[in-house]
Amino acid sequence: MTKQTFEITVDGETRSVIAEPDMPLLYALRGALEKKGPKFGCGLAQCGACTVLLDGEPIRSCVTPIDSVSGEVRTLDGLATDGTPHPVQAAFIEEEAPQCGYCTNGWMMYAVAMLEKNPDVSDQEIRDNFAGLKCRCGTHMAILRATKAAADAMKA
Amino acid sequence: MNEIVKDRAGLTRRGLLQSGGALVVAFSVPAGLAGTAGPAAAREPHRPLDPAALDSWIAVGEDGRVTIYWGKMDMGQGTDTGIAIMAAEELDVDVDVVDIVAGDTALCVDQGGASSSSGVQRSGVAIRHAAAEARRLLLELAAEELEVPAADLRVENGTVVAASDASKSVSYGELVGGQLFSHKLDWNGRLGNSLELAGTAQPKDPSEYRLVGTHIPRKDVPGKVMATMDFAHHLVVPGMLHGRTVRPPVAGAVPEAIDDSSIADTGAQVVWKGNFVGVVAEDEWDAIRAARDLAVTWSEPGPQLQTDTGGVHDFIRRAEIKSEEHTTDDGDFDGALAGAATVVEAEYEYPFQSHARMAPAFGLVDVRDGGATIWTDSQKPHSVRPGVADVLGLPIENVRAIWMPGPGSYGRSDADDGAIDAAVMSAEVGRPVRVQWMRNEGIAWDPKGVASVSTGRAAIDADGNVVGYHYGIKGFSRQNMRSRGDEAGSVLAGHLLGREPHNAYAARSPEQSYAFDAMRYTEQVIDPLLKVASPLRTAHFRDPMGMEVHFGQESFIDEVAEAAGADPVAFRLKHLTEPRDRAVVELAAEKANWQSRVGPNPDPGDGAVRRGRGIAYAQRNGAVNALVAEVEVNLETGEVYVPRFILASDHGQIINRKSMRTTLEGNLIMALSRTLFEEVEFDPEMVRSEDWATYPILEMAQVPQAIDIHMIDRTDIGPRGAGEASTRIVPGAVANAVYDATGIRIRKLPLTNAGVRAQLTGA
Ligand code: FES
Ligand code: FES
Repeated sequence: MTKQTFEITVDGETRSVIAEPDMPLLYALRGALEKKGPKFGCGLAQCGACTVLLDGEPIRSCVTPIDSVSGEVRTLDGLATDGTPHPVQAAFIEEEAPQCGYCTNGWMMYAVAMLEKNPDVSDQEIRDNFAGLKCRCGTHMAILRATKAAADAMKA
Repeated sequence: MNEIVKDRAGLTRRGLLQSGGALVVAFSVPAGLAGTAGPAAAREPHRPLDPAALDSWIAVGEDGRVTIYWGKMDMGQGTDTGIAIMAAEELDVDVDVVDIVAGDTALCVDQGGASSSSGVQRSGVAIRHAAAEARRLLLELAAEELEVPAADLRVENGTVVAASDASKSVSYGELVGGQLFSHKLDWNGRLGNSLELAGTAQPKDPSEYRLVGTHIPRKDVPGKVMATMDFAHHLVVPGMLHGRTVRPPVAGAVPEAIDDSSIADTGAQVVWKGNFVGVVAEDEWDAIRAARDLAVTWSEPGPQLQTDTGGVHDFIRRAEIKSEEHTTDDGDFDGALAGAATVVEAEYEYPFQSHARMAPAFGLVDVRDGGATIWTDSQKPHSVRPGVADVLGLPIENVRAIWMPGPGSYGRSDADDGAIDAAVMSAEVGRPVRVQWMRNEGIAWDPKGVASVSTGRAAIDADGNVVGYHYGIKGFSRQNMRSRGDEAGSVLAGHLLGREPHNAYAARSPEQSYAFDAMRYTEQVIDPLLKVASPLRTAHFRDPMGMEVHFGQESFIDEVAEAAGADPVAFRLKHLTEPRDRAVVELAAEKANWQSRVGPNPDPGDGAVRRGRGIAYAQRNGAVNALVAEVEVNLETGEVYVPRFILASDHGQIINRKSMRTTLEGNLIMALSRTLFEEVEFDPEMVRSEDWATYPILEMAQVPQAIDIHMIDRTDIGPRGAGEASTRIVPGAVANAVYDATGIRIRKLPLTNAGVRAQLTGA
């Protein structure tokens, strides 16, 4: 294979990346684009640490070839508005949801995707929305509290 | 202000601040982001690294900011904030003026890294003493400066004020900013976890606390949530290559031939040294492709692991005992057994488990000019430093390890291995190399928690009294290699380069205050399945062997209680001797609204889902916890769900309430995951658990609806580590609750659906 140039729009900025067509988006985000939110956890779509939003939907950037990306990518790095945390971020900070914080990106991005569509969610819907995400440190209870608080804030 | 400047020089002459003109200019943490430091940077000329020097621990800048140099690091439980709180408390400054520099071997004394939940309990107490002494010196200086007696001074956020005349004040920054204290502390002469410090000053009495025991926001959280914090993984240094390791398909295989034309299209370079195989490339994806595609001819050593997942416990039963110790042997247990009216006997099996960190191993190392700079997320950078020096044959003075945050690490995980892999590759290619393992390596090749078989035997007399009690554990060592990667035999790359591990025969016994007339605890340790470069090498994993030991012990206590005709809580209270132990058991039972009974729940429900509750308790290193688990067992699917935990926790003095709570929740959830799901699958050739599909852990659907935590604050006894102590009681509480719900005693972890279903149906 040979490297090609791809244009991707991430957090409102269009950037070109030179890469193999099958290179997962994650490596462009972590590499040339220097994003700190999405992380490598498994490379197998099994944990969610690499999650970004593509046109508002959560995707696993570790298994998304860069040549398949069209649309707006949004990362944790781009959630804040002029330094003001997104309501999900504010709630995760207030609740001190992360421990090591390595997985937290995935939970926050799934929370954002859900709550921006509809913040009126039940406890069970919050749990269901997080299916497939992993956290080794066991921060699940704090994540639930934070997501509920974010939902309340976004409803208000 | 001019006067103060002048006077400060005067103070210096008076000898309190013998800075010798050495201004403290080198405080900033080497961010590492800008450039890579050569071996010269391994020495900081301006600051001592002498544990007995106050300046090794605390610096006050001209702006009044306080820097604490800490020889441990935070794995995400907020321990660094806890250290800042303890220092700020003694110094009478706000927590936000305290900066923590952690885990840089050139700047921080070796306090043992993150180890044994001792961050607050031991290293924090050392820093508490150093901070109290610093405050005493600062008040002495202020007394001279302000010409008032020290007794007339008080401190308000780093400014010393005369109580009698508020116009007289001077700040810490004005007093010592940028200069050394040049003052000696009493040091107990030990490095690592047991390092202790003392000064003339006594730390505050708890009645004077403003900060300790309240809720202080953790310092690390905003950066993690806002994606502004650098994890080790974000580091880029000039000239850096990406490295990946190439592992054999079966344990014990070694490379015989490598065809590097197989990866020509990646532009990657092969690193082959001894039995170590890796690749490096400019682009990370090229390195990943190259590691995946590299054609290696491996030797065929035949099955090396001797047994498999299903056979390992029989293997342990049969295996030759290499070390045996009765850690408790009171009274005549054998006599009690011989004369017993009833003998209760049971065995419990615990599987190999993987650390399975959220991300597999990482390391970034720059080997050059006869030295090395290591950026590592290891929880023991002071061990990685000699480890790299040993593997590469470098003088240790020329090696510097700098810790940066990574995925949580809970024991001797794969982190040390990743750092050494990077060092080996950097030395070979002459450029900085960043290594990250792939997911399969992080589960199949990381060090493992110990598989074991425990046996309980109890003698009960005709009146229902327990007159003899024996509990023994037989298993692999919790130290097949040293629990720190501080020499070549303790890391995978060292094995691949020809070094052997130092196998120690180490186990654990119950840590509890049960007393029976005759009692014996026994530890038996066997040899590893494969000695060198084993994917099943065993080492410390969160609360080393605490879960193994207390799963069996607390299950067996319940079995004995029933045989003796007693309720599990009443039985524990009858035999526990320590007041703090009794207090947590009583509190957990009370908060859980414990209904006394002998034997299983007579009213567990009549549908497919049966309900029950169980209790377990244990000490650990001065902490003590009791846990009630409520469970729902689905008789059809075999699923065990824990809707609610009730924890009564006594970790001595509480430093930061909110962090304590989230830390305890994390302990319980991780231990629940290990109780319900985690077992390393292997066959005689290789470990077959290699991702989250083949090594499932708990997900949100299995998370309890509620975790009630009731903390007992014991300000009189100082803090006791909370990072592990509540882990070990989870499997016993859950297994006891499953018995209560179903009348079926499950003596084998994990409690997977299939395993539980098989037991329920007697299949
Ligand atoms: S890293 Fe993408 S799902 Fe795990
Ligand atoms: S916070 Fe560490 S893995 Fe989730």
